[in-house]
Amino acid sequence: MSKALLEVSGLCMRFGGLLAVNNVSLSVHEKEIVSVIGPNGAGKTTVFNCISGFYSPTQGSIVFDGEQVQGLKGHKLARKGMVRTFQHVRLFKDMTVIENLLVAQHMHMNTNLLSGFIKTPNYRLAEKQAMENAVLWLKKVNLLDFANREAGNLAYGQQRRLEIARCMVTKPRLLMLDEPAAGLNPNETQELDQLICNLRDEFDVSILLIEHDMGLVMEISDQIVVINQGAPLASGTPAEIRQNPDVIKAYLGEE
Amino acid sequence: MNRPLYPAIFAAVVTLILTSMMLGIQLKTEGINLTLQSASDFTWYSIAGATLAVFLFQLYREPLSNLIKLPELPSLTSILPAGKKGNQLKNLGIAFVIAAALIWPFTDFSNRGAVDLATLTLIYIMLGLGLNIVVGLAGLLDLGYVAFYAVGAYTYALLSLYYDVSFWIALPICGLFAATFGFLLGFPVLRLRGDYLAIVTLGFGEIIRILLLNWTNVTGGPNGISRIPKPDLFGLEFSRRASEGSMTFHEYFGIDYDPSHKVIFLYLLAIVLVLITLFVINRLTRMPIGRAWEALREDEIACRSLGLNPTVVKLTAFTIGASFAGFAGCFFSARQGFISPESFVFIESAIILAIVVLGGMGSQLGIIFAAIILTVLPELAREFQEYRMLMFGLLMVFMMIWRPQGLIPKSRPHIEIATGENAR
Repeated sequence: MSKALLEVSGLCMRFGGLLAVNNVSLSVHEKEIVSVIGPNGAGKTTVFNCISGFYSPTQGSIVFDGEQVQGLKGHKLARKGMVRTFQHVRLFKDMTVIENLLVAQHMHMNTNLLSGFIKTPNYRLAEKQAMENAVLWLKKVNLLDFANREAGNLAYGQQRRLEIARCMVTKPRLLMLDEPAAGLNPNETQELDQLICNLRDEFDVSILLIEHDMGLVMEISDQIVVINQGAPLASGTPAEIRQNPDVIKAYLGEE
Repeated sequence: MNRPLYPAIFAAVVTLILTSMMLGIQLKTEGINLTLQSASDFTWYSIAGATLAVFLFQLYREPLSNLIKLPELPSLTSILPAGKKGNQLKNLGIAFVIAAALIWPFTDFSNRGAVDLATLTLIYIMLGLGLNIVVGLAGLLDLGYVAFYAVGAYTYALLSLYYDVSFWIALPICGLFAATFGFLLGFPVLRLRGDYLAIVTLGFGEIIRILLLNWTNVTGGPNGISRIPKPDLFGLEFSRRASEGSMTFHEYFGIDYDPSHKVIFLYLLAIVLVLITLFVINRLTRMPIGRAWEALREDEIACRSLGLNPTVVKLTAFTIGASFAGFAGCFFSARQGFISPESFVFIESAIILAIVVLGGMGSQLGIIFAAIILTVLPELAREFQEYRMLMFGLLMVFMMIWRPQGLIPKSRPHIEIATGENAR
């Protein structure tokens, strides 16, 4: 088996008296799609926020690419190659689609004020490359025709795709998607399904996914982690999870 | 008709209470006692009339506002033809305006007072453009912008007073110094958001003013600093008699001394400074840092998830914005020849902010117009004396009702790619 890219162990997050996440562990290997599922309010997004540096976890360790990263700020983690989307689309709505993708490449670009000012060849080259990279991804997610539109004017499904493209232009190693299929119709979910598999196969990213759409989860996941009321309930391959009596109980309730 | 009745009654009662307190009852001193005295009957009738007017206006506001439709200002983009031709036309227009502004003081249409006022306007344009970076682009509400203006002004004044530094050397130093202050202030406070940041910047503005007021042995306190030297043109002074070891402008060119030379020179210098400011800010908005400012204004969390450090991005906006205030301050003190803490009170911050909001946040052209309106109008309305500020306030209120997005709403230089829909 390939080596683990992300290794989370014993993660706890406490908000005052509430233990929102209790001792959750999971690992994502390279080129693997791992899904986190659970009933509403189970703490999936909190786990996400802890891993991606938006919360500082109360306890536990997070190792990304062999490096302890718990407690690091979100932007530092993003620079290490861990980017995420949000449950509610967070695009820069007044900026155009292409500008959204250019902003995302900020950390890879030459942000030296002086070189941008006198437009050194180096700077021009970086701008050009960023543009090409953006165009490449627009093609990939089928949004090239909308490149000069304001992002806020796109249809919801397109905004979702743009958000994924915006993550991908940063050339991440781990892509974290928080309910990417929420609000999509079955057709769009199908496309998303293909897109995610494609990302993994073609661009060597590992994917950590929160999703409610069981069809999508079962189809594309290599591993599934089930969380219930903040605590880990089960983990395994889709086939194992489907058979697991605890999971069935948590989702369907007891007789 | 039922709904506006209560607000209308409320507004009328408020009007009645306020006006009768302020106009209806008067305090008179009789000997050593204060006595209350009712105003004349005419005043009371006027108060009743005003109350009735407010009541009726509130009652019929909606049908009235439907009746009177204010014309929509056409947007600039709709006037200009699209594409390359529009761009050429725009450049031509800009060149024409700059040329006109440069020639204007030498024509018969100008006089010394007008040129002086134009110079003041240009200072406000610079300040507006600088604050625009912070408020309009990066979305950080700064109520203490005048502090950086004061830092710039006092830097030059003190440097020239104690170290005899000339204007041209002091100019970059003032910018740097104001930027340093922006950086130092920004570092701890930029973790705050929105309202909290506004309060802290407000406090900072006051701190600087009070410091200048009380540090008497250095800044001269409330007496200010006078006899600040005017800028020179490559060593040529604009005074009647040259100081030791230098030459005056009129001697060098062999013309008669005319005090308006100095005024015109200051005006032209201000234009050059404004043009540089415009150019620099235009460049910045097209650079990655400009995009980052806007992205940050729209969604800070998304920025963080994409690896942009919000503190650094905010700090650059704050620092660069402050540096322009520093330049403006340096020029201001050189032009005035005298500065005191009086010039840097909170109302100045408010006016600069009003310029930015009135012009349309983020819109450079709008800010230029707003700065012209807000400085020229009070001057033109001087004959109305104390009603001047009342008119000024009314104008602002109507402006915000009519066009809340500002005079000329921002049209950002979108980066466009040739592929996609417009290529077909």
